[in-house]
Amino acid sequence: MPTVSMTVNGKPVSGEVEARTLLVQFLRDQLRLTGTHVGCDTSQCGACVVHVDGESAKSCTMLALQVDGAAITTIEGLANGETLHPMQEAFRNNHGLQCGFCTPGMVMSAIDLVKKNPKASETEIREWLEGNICRCTGYHNIVKSIQEAAGNMGG
Amino acid sequence: MPDGVTGTGIGAAVKRVEDQRFLTGRGNYTDDINRPGQTYAYVLRSPHAHATIKSIDTAAASEASGVVAVFTGADMEVGGLPCGWLIHNEDGSPMHEPPHPPLAVGKVRHVGDQVAVVIAESLAEAKNAAELIKVDYGVLPAVIDMKTAEAGGTLVHDDIGTNKCYDWGIGDKDAVDAALAASAHVTEIDIVNNRLIPNAMEPRAAVADFNGANSEYTLYTTSQNPHVIRLLMGAFVLSLPEHKLRVIAPDVGGGFGSKIFLYAEETIITWASARIGRPIKWTADRSEAFITDAHGRDHVTHAKLGIDDNGKFTALKVETYANMGAYLSTFASSVPTYLYATLLAGVYTTPVIYANVKAIFTNTVPVDAYRGAGRPEAAYLLERIVDRAARETGVDQLEIRRHNMIQPDAFPYQTPVALAYDSGNYQATLDSALSLGDVSGYPARKAGSATKGLKRGIGYSTYIEACGIAPSAVAGALGARAGLYESAEVRVHPTGSVTVFTGSHSHGQGHETTFAQIVSDQLGIAMENIEINHGDTGNVQFGMGTYGSRSLAVGGSALVKATGKIIAKASKIAAHIMEASADDIEFKDGNFTVAGTDKSMAFGEIALAAYVPHNFPHDELEPGLDETAFYDPANFTFPGGTHICEVEVDPATGVVKVDNFTAVDDIGRVINPMIVEGQVHGGVAQGIGQALLEGCSYDSDGQLLTGSYMDYTMPRADNLPNFKVATQSTLCTHNVLGVKGVGEVGAIGSPPAVINAIVDALSDFGVKDISMPATSAKVWQAIQDARG
Repeated sequence: MPTVSMTVNGKPVSGEVEARTLLVQFLRDQLRLTGTHVGCDTSQCGACVVHVDGESAKSCTMLALQVDGAAITTIEGLANGETLHPMQEAFRNNHGLQCGFCTPGMVMSAIDLVKKNPKASETEIREWLEGNICRCTGYHNIVKSIQEAAGNMGG
Repeated sequence: MPDGVTGTGIGAAVKRVEDQRFLTGRGNYTDDINRPGQTYAYVLRSPHAHATIKSIDTAAASEASGVVAVFTGADMEVGGLPCGWLIHNEDGSPMHEPPHPPLAVGKVRHVGDQVAVVIAESLAEAKNAAELIKVDYGVLPAVIDMKTAEAGGTLVHDDIGTNKCYDWGIGDKDAVDAALAASAHVTEIDIVNNRLIPNAMEPRAAVADFNGANSEYTLYTTSQNPHVIRLLMGAFVLSLPEHKLRVIAPDVGGGFGSKIFLYAEETIITWASARIGRPIKWTADRSEAFITDAHGRDHVTHAKLGIDDNGKFTALKVETYANMGAYLSTFASSVPTYLYATLLAGVYTTPVIYANVKAIFTNTVPVDAYRGAGRPEAAYLLERIVDRAARETGVDQLEIRRHNMIQPDAFPYQTPVALAYDSGNYQATLDSALSLGDVSGYPARKAGSATKGLKRGIGYSTYIEACGIAPSAVAGALGARAGLYESAEVRVHPTGSVTVFTGSHSHGQGHETTFAQIVSDQLGIAMENIEINHGDTGNVQFGMGTYGSRSLAVGGSALVKATGKIIAKASKIAAHIMEASADDIEFKDGNFTVAGTDKSMAFGEIALAAYVPHNFPHDELEPGLDETAFYDPANFTFPGGTHICEVEVDPATGVVKVDNFTAVDDIGRVINPMIVEGQVHGGVAQGIGQALLEGCSYDSDGQLLTGSYMDYTMPRADNLPNFKVATQSTLCTHNVLGVKGVGEVGAIGSPPAVINAIVDALSDFGVKDISMPATSAKVWQAIQDARG
């Protein structure tokens, strides 16, 4: 089997994978980074969003071998010890999560949004989230969380 | 937050305790769990909606790389998956309960029915091997439509000789017929409550681990009620004693009803784990979830509402067909009966009501409780027919409601369909909603929409529902095969910190926070000294779990009862140590004080004295401070309220935009307003989803046409507005917290408000009805048809 090497949450990792192994499988099954979730099989729900070289990407729709040499950030790599990233803190502060299953993907996606569009309007936030499905919150508090985080991230 | 509420007690918007782990990727969901030596199960499923199984050849699959075992229905001689509620027909005979084998025997009855399971060293090997299984099917005609099924011909279950599971009724039919005949006006309506697919974001999963050393089974599973799963699986299917079967529902990623039920897959792998002597993991992919998670709703109803010369409702007659799918799921039979027809009085004084419900088997996925379960169907029917009655009789939408509402001084109020409402004030929630939703500004908004070429409409829903199910004796008399109490243990540790064991289960509701708030409030100790433990039958005393918005009303009441026992015992210990009468001990803010003196002991001091009982009333009490309570409710609780929806419809495209949505709900006392608002937001989103976007669709062969997120329209952020949400509460009169439940109100109250708003918007075109989901195509077509 081929070997893949990448940096995950700042640490170099490598492992043998089948050619068909998805990035999310590599993260969850081999690295045991189970914060990244799988909620669908059609690249729709966004529970698996991670950052690949700083850009949000659905890890269920990439092969592990595709990201050979890349820098990956997962939900586990955001906080500094117990100090949350501003986006995580805003989700906590605004009740932007309930069951928590879509949350890692939402947070990773939202960080990329604020990076690309620090002054995003409510409409722009809602349109950006088109690729992340939440069944619990009705999105109201997720939008509120992202708006608050955008302010705190210097947006 | 109510006036004066600070800190972490009841009424405080405390940030959630559980969020830290969820936000940092340290949640512990079932698929995150791995056991040493674990194997992987893949279930081979029927591609046909209806077929006989002539033969299954598993020889090649069994020899394939990595395969540990292959099992079919012939191998698995166990009981069927049981139904938990016996309904009787109007003639007194019991409903039909055809067998529901975990792996199909002889016949498959819906696309997705389990045919065989392959267990292998890896999931990929299990899937590869499953392709080598040769199943010889004898394809049969499928029966999908309920009225076709009722006529017979093709039978889903041959042995029962009919597709009708039951034919049930409630109310006085003769009185209703007479009242309708005498009514000045009768409004009729045909209503379809569209079939929904629950779609909790976490797909179902299970890990079964049999330990041969002590013959114990451990099952990790995505369940809302692990004790119920243990009881049903152990006692009815696999014949395992409960003390040898531990069921753990760890972090669960949403339920909405779909994770109440005992499912085939968790049962199969628990059984198979002992056969192979190794742990087995099964995780549904989303495509499997669509064809195996119990679906929701799916009612077809004709109803008549009588109105007299004074505009008062005289009678309501309802005839409903309810789809059961191919098998009876765990609580399927109760949903269109006791959770539906008993709510048909709504908030109105309709004096006589009769409902007939025919439950029908079809070659589709089983249908069971989904957020609201029966009550959304009742609210939708009532609020639609009231809306239509107003239009037909030329009465204002609000006036017809106010004129027929139960008055605030009329409680307790006995309805003609069994329920006795304990408290409510429907006029107050309506008035609050009119204010919060700025309904006085609606005409200006409508004019503003018109200038953009858009049709604006407003719709109301003044709904009621029933939660906190139920007095066990009543439920039992009505056919429930389980009690419906809840349990709590409050274990005070020697240093005064507390672990709570609750039979309720949190899968997004935030019990680790709200239950800790209650204990903090009751015992006067800090939240960080309270741990809420739930979801593990190995730790927690028997409990009934979380569904029907029952956690706070029933589980919270049990918790308060247990803390009351703690305080009572601790007061006696305090009295002994401070040499006072127990009657003179006052407990406040975590301190036991001798009334009228400055003698006082902190809660932690009493806890220590209970476990280091050197100075202790041994003649009266046993050492320790650990109390358990079971609470069986005296009645249902009755949340209700008003939802108001404004929509803008683009007549050129049929696109509907929800522009202003207001919900004012009476849910009794609020423990955590932040969490309450979140529950309402989520419920409303699911209600708007049902009204505008979501609809399960089968073709005539029984193939699911909406089997993925590419086809089944989940509400997304850009489909929804921000919501205006408030509470306007009367207290429940029969539980100590005064709470009613909030989990389902959003999904119950909102769909009729949305559809009534669309009907209002399209009324200029002469459109009188639109069915759910009101997709843009459907709305556009309705406009074209009305224009002729």
